[in-house]
Amino acid sequence: MTLQFAVSPDHNAAQLAPWFIFNTLLQQSLGRPCHLAAETNFDSLRKVLDASAIDIIYANAFDTAFLVREKGFLPVARGTGRSDEALVAVRPSHPARTAHDFVAPLKIAATDAPDVEMIGRILLEPSGIGPSDIEIIRCPNYVLVAKTLISANADAGFFLAESFDNLSHLVRRELRDVVRSKIYVIRHAWLIAPWLAELRTALLSVLMGMTKDEPGRALLAELGQPGGWEEMTSEDAEFMIDLMSTLV
Amino acid sequence: MLRDITPDDIAGPGIPHTLRYFDGTTRNVVVTSIETPFPSGELIVSQTDPKGIITMCNEAFVRMSGYSREELLGAPHHILRHPDMPAAAFEDLWKTILSGKKWHGYVKNLRKDGGFYWVYATIVPNIRNKMITGYTSVRREPDRRKVEEYARLYAAMLLDQRSFL
Repeated sequence: MTLQFAVSPDHNAAQLAPWFIFNTLLQQSLGRPCHLAAETNFDSLRKVLDASAIDIIYANAFDTAFLVREKGFLPVARGTGRSDEALVAVRPSHPARTAHDFVAPLKIAATDAPDVEMIGRILLEPSGIGPSDIEIIRCPNYVLVAKTLISANADAGFFLAESFDNLSHLVRRELRDVVRSKIYVIRHAWLIAPWLAELRTALLSVLMGMTKDEPGRALLAELGQPGGWEEMTSEDAEFMIDLMSTLV
Repeated sequence: MLRDITPDDIAGPGIPHTLRYFDGTTRNVVVTSIETPFPSGELIVSQTDPKGIITMCNEAFVRMSGYSREELLGAPHHILRHPDMPAAAFEDLWKTILSGKKWHGYVKNLRKDGGFYWVYATIVPNIRNKMITGYTSVRREPDRRKVEEYARLYAAMLLDQRSFL
C-alpha cells in the first residue's frame, strides 16, 4: 500500500522540490512506496483529511488539534527551535505604531492559514478590534498579501512571521510590521495515522537521523528546518492543543 | 502557606490588605498603584494540577509576576490574587472549569512587588482519558476600554461583597 504523505500548505508551500526529495528519503527509509499529496490550500487539505486519505502529515497546529483529537493521529516530532509566529503589517505611511493604535473597521489581507489569522486577530485585540470590525481579503499566498497591502487594497495584512521575513528586500521596504507574536509553543508537527501506529518509531528515526549526515542537513535547510526535529510526545501535543483551545 | 507581601517588598507607598482565600487561609499584602504593561505579542502561560497548584509556567509569567520560577512552581495560582478582584469572579471561574468548560474573563493580577497587571485570561481543563488532570491558563493583552469597564464593575461588586459581610 502506498503511504499518502502531506505537508501543511503554509510551510514552504512555494518550495515543493525539497519535499519531493524528502518523499524519496521517506520511501527508502521506511521501505514503503510514498506519495506526496501536494495540497496547495487548506480547503483541499481538509477534504483529504476528512476522507482519511492521508497517512503521514507535517501539519500546522490547527490541523494537529483536529487530527489528534478527532482522528486519533499520533504525534511524532516537531521542529527544533522553530515556532509558528504571526505578525500584523501595514504600509509605512499607516499611523499605527503599536498594537493599541488600530481603528475599526479594518480591511485585512490574509491567506487561508487559520492559525495565522487566529493569532493576527488576537494581536489586534488591544485596539478593541473584534471579529465584526474585520473584513478579510483572502489571498492565495503571502506575496499576494503583500501586494494587496502595498496597492492600498487593504489596511493591514496578517503574515506568518517567517514568510514576512523571507519577502524580498524590495517588497519589505514597502511594508512595516507593527506587532509580532512571541508565543513560542505553537509549532507544526509530524503526525502519523492511527492505522499505522507501528510505523511511528521508524518515522521518528528517519526524522531524527536527518541531522546525522551532510545530505540530511542540506535537505533540512531547504525545508526551512535547519535545527532538525525533536520527538513530540502525546502530552506535548495535548498541551499545545489545550493552549490553542484557549485562543479560539 | 503563601508568604505575605510586606512594605519591605514594595517600592514607595502602598495600601495594606488581608486576602481571604476559599480554603480559609489568609495572606497580608501591600499593594501599590504601579501597573506593569503587558508585553506586546506575548502570552502568559501556566498549568496547574486539579487543585490549582502551579506545575508549569513560561518566561512571560515569571517576568510579569515578579516571582522566580522556583517560587511559582508548587505555589497555588491564587498567589496572583489582587484585593481589587471580587470573590464572585473566582467562584464563577471554578464553577465553570470544574464542569469541564472553558472560562474567560478580565483579571487584575497582583505582582510580588505589590504592583499589578491586567490580563484577558482563558482557562481550559486538561482532559486526559475523560478525567480532568489539571488546567491550562493563557493570559493575553486586554483591550484597555474593557479593562476600564471591568475595573468599574469589580469595584461595584467589591462594595456589594463588603456590605454583605
